[in-house]
Amino acid sequence: MSPSSRLASARATSDLDVPPAGAQEPAGHPDGVRATARIRAAHNGRVTTLPQLRSDGPFHLRRMRTDGNAATVGIIGAMSAPLGGDRLTLDITAEDRAELEVITAAATLALRGPTTEAATYDVRLTAGEHAHLLWLPQPLISAAGSNLRQTYTVELAATSRFVLREEQVLGRADEEPGHIVSRILVHRAGRPLLDQQTAYGAPEPGWDGPAVLNRHRAVGQLLVVDPRVHVRRGPILLGEGIKDGCAVLAPLANGPALLATAVAPTTSILRELLDEAHAHAFTR
Amino acid sequence: MHLGHSLPHQHIPSVSATRPDGSRRALRVGLGGPVGSGKTATVAALCRTLRDRWCIAAVTNDIYTREDAEYLLREAVLPPERITAVETGACPHTAIRDDISANLEAVEHLEETLHPLDLVLVESGGDNLTATFSKGLVDVQIFVIDVASGDDIPRKGGPGITTADLLIVNKTDLAPHVGADLDTMAVDAKRQRGDLPVIFTSLTSDDGIREVADWVTGHLAQWRAGAVV
Amino acid sequence: MSRAALLLLADGRFPAGGHAHSGGVEAAVAHGAVHDTDSLEAFCRGRLHTTGLTMAGLAAAAAGGHDPLLLDDAADARTPAPALRAAARRLGRQMLRAARATFPSAELEHLATARPQGAHQPIVLGLAARAAGLAPVDAAYAAVYENIGGPATAAVRLLSLDPLDASGLLARLGPEIDDVAAAAADAATRAMTEGIDALPSASSPLLDITAEQHAAWTVRLFAS
Repeated sequence: MSPSSRLASARATSDLDVPPAGAQEPAGHPDGVRATARIRAAHNGRVTTLPQLRSDGPFHLRRMRTDGNAATVGIIGAMSAPLGGDRLTLDITAEDRAELEVITAAATLALRGPTTEAATYDVRLTAGEHAHLLWLPQPLISAAGSNLRQTYTVELAATSRFVLREEQVLGRADEEPGHIVSRILVHRAGRPLLDQQTAYGAPEPGWDGPAVLNRHRAVGQLLVVDPRVHVRRGPILLGEGIKDGCAVLAPLANGPALLATAVAPTTSILRELLDEAHAHAFTR
Repeated sequence: MHLGHSLPHQHIPSVSATRPDGSRRALRVGLGGPVGSGKTATVAALCRTLRDRWCIAAVTNDIYTREDAEYLLREAVLPPERITAVETGACPHTAIRDDISANLEAVEHLEETLHPLDLVLVESGGDNLTATFSKGLVDVQIFVIDVASGDDIPRKGGPGITTADLLIVNKTDLAPHVGADLDTMAVDAKRQRGDLPVIFTSLTSDDGIREVADWVTGHLAQWRAGAVV
Repeated sequence: MSRAALLLLADGRFPAGGHAHSGGVEAAVAHGAVHDTDSLEAFCRGRLHTTGLTMAGLAAAAAGGHDPLLLDDAADARTPAPALRAAARRLGRQMLRAARATFPSAELEHLATARPQGAHQPIVLGLAARAAGLAPVDAAYAAVYENIGGPATAAVRLLSLDPLDASGLLARLGPEIDDVAAAAADAATRAMTEGIDALPSASSPLLDITAEQHAAWTVRLFAS
């Protein structure tokens, strides 16, 4: 199943009710919101359980219907976030043999807050031995005037399987994007597997030029770490040229891992490219 | 910090005549000359003539990479793994003279993977009369010109004409058609080159490469005997 | 230390293979994304602040004495495009050949033994700078300058640009080159205490994508 079809089915079965009032803090708090939500999935010998599901601040966590051994958790935005000055953390762990998929119900919208100070959004993803962890959120939109530092810190055991999809949309319709700096740092079995930082929007020099985005407004990656993927195969090129969106799916150096990198004029073309890459990743 | 270190230098020079194991490495022969003079045809003919006796590989330096390599593949003069194309960044003379590192990498890779090799032919991209091979890259070099480009080329000279270990004047069969005077070319070449050899070839005739192949074989025999070529 | 060693290392005529690499500009020219001096300047600026910063960090860390083999792993993690990893290792081999002959050192010999297929080029450059007695910031400067000087020269050949315009744009980028080299050297210092993750990992999606497109061309002038 492609990441988006998985997501579609999960959304269709999710039962979205109003988050508890206690989870809400006033948006635009002068000092920003500090919140850490936690998801811990474990395997009890038969199925995946969720011994910890801790909502906090703007993150309201909800267990979705599960099939077989796997558990799916939806993150439902309980408020507008991240805003400037917020300090948001998601700490997600799939312990040994657990199978956990985490999705978001809607796009994450980075907005200008009461302060021009950057918001931070740290996502920590940890997968134990023989665990299977999927992080498939909806796109992150960098709205005009926003200022966000996003960090993915991923720790993978040698036998774990992992999928991460990351999509960024630079600006809502017909607006300049905010400033977004995003780093993804992945270790597998203690060794660095992937370390990339991107920085888009003013005042970053050169971000929109021919060496970086060339005026594309949607950019994303799909990382698949899985002993089953075909890493010996050469790179796969998707899309023609660079004007209407294009992507490459290629093996990383230090692991059974494939990374797709895509740029596109729109978020829908971006998703098509990443879905196509996902299909290729598991085609033998 | 580390300037005081004194280190063995014997395995640094690119021109070392021996492999790391002490055996004699392959003879490296460079073929240069202007565009269209018949360098690739000469390499192909040499391969056909010498491949049964010697173990050969070729490196090409196209202006546009792979064109010449693909000609050699199409003509099936060598198996594909014996032909390597080197990109030259639009400067073929740089890749054979000023910064030979990419060509050395290619030659050494062929030597490692096809061990033991006897002969590596390094063909330059078509360039002008001033392009010559660095002595760090090849042991002997051949410069190929042709009669159809004008019988005054030997008189004009240039480093390729005057210093190459062998000058080939190719396409002699065309001389009557283009009004080229072979005697004049021979006299001019002699004046420019002194005792260095000149061979007139027509690769369209049967065994037209024979004299050149014998010249290469002679150098190869000397090289393998460990003599100074 | 001899400051002149920096001039030698940063010189485009240093015989280490750089002349056959376009730093992505051949692909950008083919796509029409680089077509004149202004678009070339935008290209160089984007490259400077992405892979330029990352490579300079690796070079500075190597020059500062960080374990080159750990740095080589870090370089792999920062280079997801296989075509760029292959180009970096090939250039690393070529740089190693030149460096061993010009700035012989036990550390370069050790690297040659440990990575016979070549280490990433900025790490070799950093070790060469170290062998020459240069400071980490010097290695960062050499890496950054090569990172944009190469594409600028390649664009002159590909687009028949006026070479004086190309020199002018490199000069205009001078203050940004200063900033990037200083940031790289600073990160290399932090990496000594904070670990290798403190090194920059700035990247560009289009440089990765178009590098793989370029590698699939059957006809090209430049190796990358």
